[in-house]
Amino acid sequence: MTVKYTEDHEWVKAEGDAYVIGVSKHAAEQLGDVVFVELPEVGKTFAKGDEMAVVESVKAASDVYAPISGDIVEVNSAIVDEPAKVNEDPQGAAWFVKIKPSNPSELDALMDEGAYKDFAGNS
Amino acid sequence: MTMNNQGRPTKASDAMETNVNTFTGNKALMIEEALSFEVGDLSGSGVDLPEAKNKTNRLGGLERNTDIGLPGLSEPEAMRHFVRLSQKNYAIDMGPFPLGSCTMKHNPRLNEKVARLPGFADLHPLAPESAAQGALELIDTLAFWLKELTGMPAVAMSPKAGAHGELCGMMAIKAALEARGEADKRVRVLAPESAHGTNPATAVQCGFKVEAIPGDKTGRVDLEALKAKLGDDVAGIMVTNPNTCGLFERDIRAIADAVHEAGGYFYCDGANFNAIAGKVKPGDLGVDAMHINLHKTFSTPHGGGGPGAGPTVLSDALAPFAPLPYVFLEDGKYRLVETLHHAEAEDSGETLGRLTAFHGQMGMFVRALSYMMSHGRDGLKQASEDAVLNANYVLARLKTEMTPSFDGPCMHEALFDDRFLKDTGVETIDFAKAMIDEGYHPMTMYFPLVVHGAMLIEPTESESKRELDLFCDALLSLAKRAKAGDDVAAFKAAPVYAPRRRLDETAAARHPVLRWTPPQQAEAAE
Repeated sequence: MTVKYTEDHEWVKAEGDAYVIGVSKHAAEQLGDVVFVELPEVGKTFAKGDEMAVVESVKAASDVYAPISGDIVEVNSAIVDEPAKVNEDPQGAAWFVKIKPSNPSELDALMDEGAYKDFAGNS
Repeated sequence: MTMNNQGRPTKASDAMETNVNTFTGNKALMIEEALSFEVGDLSGSGVDLPEAKNKTNRLGGLERNTDIGLPGLSEPEAMRHFVRLSQKNYAIDMGPFPLGSCTMKHNPRLNEKVARLPGFADLHPLAPESAAQGALELIDTLAFWLKELTGMPAVAMSPKAGAHGELCGMMAIKAALEARGEADKRVRVLAPESAHGTNPATAVQCGFKVEAIPGDKTGRVDLEALKAKLGDDVAGIMVTNPNTCGLFERDIRAIADAVHEAGGYFYCDGANFNAIAGKVKPGDLGVDAMHINLHKTFSTPHGGGGPGAGPTVLSDALAPFAPLPYVFLEDGKYRLVETLHHAEAEDSGETLGRLTAFHGQMGMFVRALSYMMSHGRDGLKQASEDAVLNANYVLARLKTEMTPSFDGPCMHEALFDDRFLKDTGVETIDFAKAMIDEGYHPMTMYFPLVVHGAMLIEPTESESKRELDLFCDALLSLAKRAKAGDDVAAFKAAPVYAPRRRLDETAAARHPVLRWTPPQQAEAAE
């Protein structure tokens, strides 16, 4: 599967039977220098749209929403120790969490790369 | 004739333009001031006190056995330290303070004179009622006029700032919902996207869940979108009027009616009351609770210049829950209701209790009443009108080079966005920093969040036309320079003439140094 995006600027990508989630490059640019990241605990369950993590930049604090429902199976503590990574590689090394989805069909409602680019360009 | 031929040159030197790196780092009157810890001797003391007689240690072995490490400054050292720091500060007594939504108006000297009368200034907060009749009468008189100006039946005087007033109002709403037995059901609070950050923060603090109300394309609350969000789980709404885009919410009555119909309460953020005081009574708009920033609308000092004060007016529905203490008149004597027991006896037993230790910001009450009394009803109305006129003058002059975010006239503040800087390489922050070099405090920037690169300018009624023209000329010149495009580096380098240049906000947030450590300790730690 390719990368999919939400209107709240999160990205989702399949990896095994879980999905990796992070914030988009566009979002990382708009946030400015990230100075703090708070991630959920492994094992926590979220419904689609729930506040799942927090990113704080010099400008503002923002919630990161769960793009799909499911359980957290892994979190990327490297970005908690070094929040600057979110600016450096938001769609790679600076992923946020991995979720095991409870309803994979929720993915169908998300945008593909092209649709997201149009969306982000207009937002 | 006699001649002074001792050789003192009286003509300017040819080398005047040369920059000099001074040994001290000072630049004439611009002193590089060290921290108080570095000025004073940590092992010393600025005062000589005699050794205490009959020293008996009653601390039972719990006494400190290391130095406390406070700077030991003498009186002249302490005086110079703080005066030097104060001279680096910008103040409303130095020039215009165009911070939007902050209402930095002039603090009249008369207010200060009255607040310093010994009967007010020296009164102890625990003085008995019989010795504080004048102060209690002042609180009662100010409360009367606040109720009169807002058209509301009750006011809580004790909140100590705008956000504290919000807390008071939202706690009253919570208490009213509890009394109705609906506190568990009504958990949502709605606030516009343009709201002050304190609105959602207050609602969350009171245990509510906040939802944003979208704005329409005129910069106001989208009434239909609001109605769609209302339901029997809504506790209330928090709306600022005029809003943070400097616009009057024209649908305010319809908004209030819709919320009341849905069983919720209307909290009005009164931060911008200075635009409508004497013109509109919030009570007529369907407001249930609203704080009044005495330090904005009623000209008492703020922003480092003194404490805020946020008396909060309440509707009939919320009045029974007003906090303690409050003043009332009985047989020609002013009395204070300070305890729940007393409140029950006075038949106001539903009070939410105390918000602060004493009665509120007494010094600010004196200043605010002085401002009200010296202006009178007509004067307050004119102050509101002049504030709106000044903002519209700024809007009209600046829109030739800058981009107003919304069409039409504004209320007390003018909102611009960064469209006029598009493709110039200059951003809102660069523009604001360049204003510092021009001798101005920047306007509010990047707020409200509903427009990109916001610049929110509130001149207040304090500024003369001459002052407004100078300010507009400076901003127009900066806008032209930015658009000309040959000067981007200068904008990025600004401020050049400030005691400190641009600070590294990212490093400060990532690695904050919150405590001074003695040099030898800092070295040891490395």
